[in-house]
Amino acid sequence: MADSSVTLETPLIADLGQEAADSRLARVRVGVVAFPGTLDERDAARAVRLAGGTPVPLWYKDSDLQDVDAVVVPGGFSYGDYLRAGAIAAKAPMMTAVARAAQSRGTSGSSPLPVLGICNGFQVLTETHLLPGSMIKNDHLKFLCRDQRLAVESTATPWTAAFEPGEEIVVPLKNQDGQYVADEGTLAELEAEGRVVFRYAGGNPNGSRNGIAGVANARGNVVGLMPHPEHAVEPGFGPSSSGSGPVAMRSGTDGLRIFSSLLHQLVSA
Amino acid sequence: MTEQQFNLDTVEHAADTPDTELPWAELGLKENEFDDVKKILGRRPTAAELAMYSVMWSEHCSYKSSKVHLKQFGQKVTEEMGKDLMVGIGENAGVTDIGDGWAVTFKIESHNHPSYVEPYQGAATGVGGIVRDIISMGARPVAVMDPLRFGAIDHPDTARVVHGVVAGVGGYGNSLGLPNVGGEVEFDPCYQANPLVNALAVGVMRHEDIRLANASGVGNQVILFGARTGGDGIGGASVLASESFDDSKPSKRPAVQVGDPFAEKVLIECCLELFKGSVVEGIQDLGAAGISCATSELASNGEGGMHVDLTQVLLRDPTLTPGEILMSESQERMMAVVSPANMESFERIMEKWDVEYSVLGEVNDSRRLTIEWDGEIIVDVDPRTVAHEGPTYQRPYERPEWQDAVQADRFPGSEADAARPAGTDLRGAVLELMASPNLCSKGWVTDQYDRYVQGNTALAQPDDAGVVRVDEQTGLGVALSTDANPRYAYLDPYEGARASLAEAYRNVATSGARPVAVSDCLNFGSPEDPAIMWQFAEAVRGLADGCMELGVPVTGGNVSLYNQTGGQAINPTPVVAMMGVLDDVGRRTPSGWEADQDGQAIYLLGETAEELDGSEWARLRGHLGGLPPKVDLAAERQLGDMLVNMSRDGMIDSAHDVAQGGLAASLSEACLRFGVGARIGLGEVAERDGVDTFAMLFSESQARAVVAVPRSEEVRFKDMCTARNFPYARIGVVDAENGALDVQGEFSLDLTELREAHEGTLRRHFG
Repeated sequence: MADSSVTLETPLIADLGQEAADSRLARVRVGVVAFPGTLDERDAARAVRLAGGTPVPLWYKDSDLQDVDAVVVPGGFSYGDYLRAGAIAAKAPMMTAVARAAQSRGTSGSSPLPVLGICNGFQVLTETHLLPGSMIKNDHLKFLCRDQRLAVESTATPWTAAFEPGEEIVVPLKNQDGQYVADEGTLAELEAEGRVVFRYAGGNPNGSRNGIAGVANARGNVVGLMPHPEHAVEPGFGPSSSGSGPVAMRSGTDGLRIFSSLLHQLVSA
Repeated sequence: MTEQQFNLDTVEHAADTPDTELPWAELGLKENEFDDVKKILGRRPTAAELAMYSVMWSEHCSYKSSKVHLKQFGQKVTEEMGKDLMVGIGENAGVTDIGDGWAVTFKIESHNHPSYVEPYQGAATGVGGIVRDIISMGARPVAVMDPLRFGAIDHPDTARVVHGVVAGVGGYGNSLGLPNVGGEVEFDPCYQANPLVNALAVGVMRHEDIRLANASGVGNQVILFGARTGGDGIGGASVLASESFDDSKPSKRPAVQVGDPFAEKVLIECCLELFKGSVVEGIQDLGAAGISCATSELASNGEGGMHVDLTQVLLRDPTLTPGEILMSESQERMMAVVSPANMESFERIMEKWDVEYSVLGEVNDSRRLTIEWDGEIIVDVDPRTVAHEGPTYQRPYERPEWQDAVQADRFPGSEADAARPAGTDLRGAVLELMASPNLCSKGWVTDQYDRYVQGNTALAQPDDAGVVRVDEQTGLGVALSTDANPRYAYLDPYEGARASLAEAYRNVATSGARPVAVSDCLNFGSPEDPAIMWQFAEAVRGLADGCMELGVPVTGGNVSLYNQTGGQAINPTPVVAMMGVLDDVGRRTPSGWEADQDGQAIYLLGETAEELDGSEWARLRGHLGGLPPKVDLAAERQLGDMLVNMSRDGMIDSAHDVAQGGLAASLSEACLRFGVGARIGLGEVAERDGVDTFAMLFSESQARAVVAVPRSEEVRFKDMCTARNFPYARIGVVDAENGALDVQGEFSLDLTELREAHEGTLRRHFG
């Protein structure tokens, strides 16, 4: 049957088969989910590879997680953002499997699966109810692409454990529906429990409540983030600034640390 | 079965009723063309045949007014130009060998008329159409670019068009996951009722994956897949793109197509999988003229014939007549030719991607294209007469008598030049220039486009060219720039077209890439006006001559005529897209200096004459007359070669071309690129070239670039210039501390103030 043989089409450009330097990291398998309309799956896979891990393509129609140790739900316009951004993708068999694993299993069988939703992936995670809140159209009503400063506010997730609390990073932001909203009770809870993982720094680009750019679930294994760390992983192709001082043109790689953080958490766990 | 609301006009019926009145004029055919159709068929056409001929013989599809001129692109060629060309003009898009087994295909097209009627959908489907051209060659699209031209920035209708077009380009391209890496934005009253929306797409593939669309192999299946066919865009090519706008006619809104980028994204992946598995013999995209075009072109390109059952077409609107189905320009559709042995694989891939398809017919050896509806033959034609043997016009053209008066009206000495700024007044002049609609920051536009997706963008706006990595292992990549200078072309279409070519060439070379191929989008007024036709003929001649001098071939492109409203034509706008190759995109040259270049020497390459006619400064003073700057393509070629070599050998760390707005714009942009200042002294170079400081700053002499040279490289740099006998002058140093563009002895301009002026303009007008 088509689905079992399905991989993300062999990338024309990226070489996912390249040997990683650290064999312990290389054994970490990170699934990258693709739906129809997903756009950033190659970038997310490249980020995993550059961090030293092994990306594993996951097709939305399947429900076999292929023994991955973590999952990235990448950005794009799954199903064209029709109905609501992320709403249709949330119903895919693969997301049912991801949701189940995120709430139970993990490498050791005891800890839950780490999941990172980026942009549209974040929207999918809120539609799957793994994360609270929702995204609406930017307050300025336009698509906005820019290099965005973020404060890493929580290091209590596998994706951010390698950061210092309050540390600033710069990664690209690009979306039309990026305004994070939630009811007052939820916002208060997120703040009180330290579950605001990323907050916009240097100005709120889209009217998000409390300047929230990313949140975690109560257990901290599931994180959603609107801006795109997978676009800040390689010198020459990223943003032109970084949280840790000046960098050469397009050479900001702050996003890579989110993927490295995960890999190191998993091998040291 | 469809409930028929019309009387089916079969071939048999047409033969029996020679005197039936047909709406050929309403469909855009001229009387002589209708007579030709009858002569070809030996009878009157059926309603469906008339629909096919009318769209395929439209200016937009047949190039009937332009092809006698365009053939120069195929004639004025040298051996050097053909060296890397794998597929030339005439296919969906040309293909160029860039080395290491990689091939690149790129093409630029217009979607002008629809974008005025319905800016969002017009622009969106413009992106969609050009991307399908790229897919049908077997390539994965990797980037897009959009040269846009609008009316006066403060005209009450401009904001409507700007908002719609920019959102449409972004909405479609962003949803496809294609980085938008450049383009142009121009505002000029001549585009008020004729905005220009040109769209470029570039795709990459391995040599062995190149596919040409043709229907060969008797028994092969002809399959329509993708979106269903609806009533949108009917007659788009014939009615919209091939006629001038006229207020007296009813609204043409129904002729604009509606785009669904999600469907197209799925089509991209689906087609790539079809190609990769060699499941298809060929794929033809459906653009202008829809099924009429796809069937007749596939059949015409193949050696046999084709039979199609139109009732098999999956419809969104079941009331469509056969003629409407043939003409519909519904988006996101493709036609594949598949051998019976591959049908199972084809079906499996369609199922994987949830794409609808239907088998319409098959390839045969009749050399005819026959189409049936409910078992009755409604089309029986030689496909070549539809697709390739349409009318050709030798339209009369003549240099208009007003051209002399225009050229005699030089800017220097004119009333507009009465108060030429000097000394400290130059400060205000530079600020005014950099805040003007055509030189202000285009960030408001480009921030609405995704430039990061795919992770291979090495340069994008505001740098001189967009640079995209093709091979992640080696860093091999391509650079692209699109340029036009319609004001120069108005003053002298031949020289103006060559200036556009020179600028695109220079921009690509400035980024460090070796220019290798051209695609062009020729936007002009009505070919029925001999003066406009002269502009067109001159521009094409200029481009063809220029390409030969530069040694780069034209690989394809598009012509958009009838860009005029109420007798007022646009300035002739030949947009040139240049593609270049970088062996390693890591070596690309940025257009400005960074802080760590503090103390590097700034050099001006090339010579400056007082050439202010048609300049941005003249535009600011409301003047358009005289002769455009002289174009010296041998000098451009030498400059380009030096820029590429200097970049590769590490002799320059930044480079920016000097074009519209002259040295004033180049220096301002180079400072603003990374917010790093410079101390400049122009006295010596102005004296060398015999011009005043104002002309030094605002003249638009060609074949110039500003470069920053590391101290350790200055000797090698000067040696190379000297060895090649190319004029150079040290005009200053990078200053990471002063925070200003400091032109010594004249003025100092704080970069914060300059940035506010530069970036505020579009935000102020469009929010």
